[in-house]
Amino acid sequence: MKPEEIVTAVDGEILVAAPAGLDLVYGFASDLMSDVLHLVKPKTLLITGLVNVQSVRTAEMADLPAILFVRDKFPPPETLQLAKELGIAVMLSPYTMFETCGKLFQAGLRGQGRVYYVP
Amino acid sequence: MESLPARAERAITDKDARNIGRIEELSYELRISEVMTRNFLSVSPDLEMEQVLDLFRQVRISGAPVISEGEVVGILSIEDLIRCLREGNTRVPVTQYMTHQVVTVRAHDSVVEALKLFTQRQFGRLPVVDEAGKLVGIITKGDITRGVLKALESDYQTEEVRRYRASHLFEDIISDRSSLMLRYVIEPGNFVEGGQASSHIKRALLRLGASPQIARRCGIAVYEAEMNLIIHATNGGTITTEIEPHLINIQVVDDGPGIEDPALAMKPGFSTATERIRELGFGAGMGLPNIERCVDEMSLESALGIGTSLSMKIYLQPQESLEQWHYYFVSLGRWEKTRRATARTSGN
Repeated sequence: MKPEEIVTAVDGEILVAAPAGLDLVYGFASDLMSDVLHLVKPKTLLITGLVNVQSVRTAEMADLPAILFVRDKFPPPETLQLAKELGIAVMLSPYTMFETCGKLFQAGLRGQGRVYYVP
Repeated sequence: MESLPARAERAITDKDARNIGRIEELSYELRISEVMTRNFLSVSPDLEMEQVLDLFRQVRISGAPVISEGEVVGILSIEDLIRCLREGNTRVPVTQYMTHQVVTVRAHDSVVEALKLFTQRQFGRLPVVDEAGKLVGIITKGDITRGVLKALESDYQTEEVRRYRASHLFEDIISDRSSLMLRYVIEPGNFVEGGQASSHIKRALLRLGASPQIARRCGIAVYEAEMNLIIHATNGGTITTEIEPHLINIQVVDDGPGIEDPALAMKPGFSTATERIRELGFGAGMGLPNIERCVDEMSLESALGIGTSLSMKIYLQPQESLEQWHYYFVSLGRWEKTRRATARTSGN
């Protein structure tokens, strides 16, 4: 899904534009960054309610090209600034995490499949 | 002219400015003087339209400023010539068909000023004047495109040269054992700058020619360790990364408070983080397990009241492929097991 299609699906808006040609297949939602770093595959949309700069750092480390913030939480300027510097797209959804994910799943964004917990 | 309002809306406003990409950034960085055409052709006001027609055809241009005694008095475009031809009135001076009210741009201004005019009004070219109002050049959309492409190319080349130099660093320098040390001091509690060291290390690795997979694993491991220093270490700590051609060796050291039970700290889900830390997105209890998963070797030593020392190693060549095979087989095995189980329950 292109960023434009994502924001249409969740009645959201684009806060930092994506590099041209960005097309996302997978989504991953969490508010805890270590969970993201543990499980997420590269090139996935990060859906989170965490709006501080660490959400962008996490995306940078895990090679995630785009972040969608939920619950209409507008990120602080330093978050947007860092995302812009790193070329990471930022979007905003007015719905809760659950509804945002539901709408995106319905619109065709896929999950990563079953997680195998390795103790 | 129905398309005019839509074009006008596309002009860059301050509201859009926060979403600009590199090309738009360049249109702010580049000066009009850097992209304009300096050797341009001009016509004098008393020239006949027929002569202009020949001139435009010969030099293959579609417009020119009209100059009288060094001053721009008008601008003549191909549209004016077409109008003149339709009226069959070619033996008149250019002053009869040229645009008299000339909009100019200043050489010192950003390219974006010219872009705004090109998008708001349907100009084909704009005369460029200096501070004193003297005509010094002409700018067209084509000049802007060429200028931006040239700047992008030079951006790209600079980055390529940097990358090339960095990736050949170890080949160029001969010693019995070469390595590159990167040291970072991490302040306690500094969440806003947290992750900067990891970001620098990851970028350095990519510059040095490491694969994106290696850079990602290393980035995640160091980032978790860096956030641990910020969250838990009383006085912060240091991250030392030693890069060798075949090995990345990372040491993360702090002087307290120390981990009570290092084995328990390694358990996925175990965390001593406060509610405040969790609100900041950390404390899932996956930090150390994450690090262990990302690196090839890891050792954690800690003593209460003394401090913690975390050592990580990532091998660059043969082990990388071995590990990938290992992961591949493990996931293949699991997949096969699930497939069989599903086949049994569904009766297929």
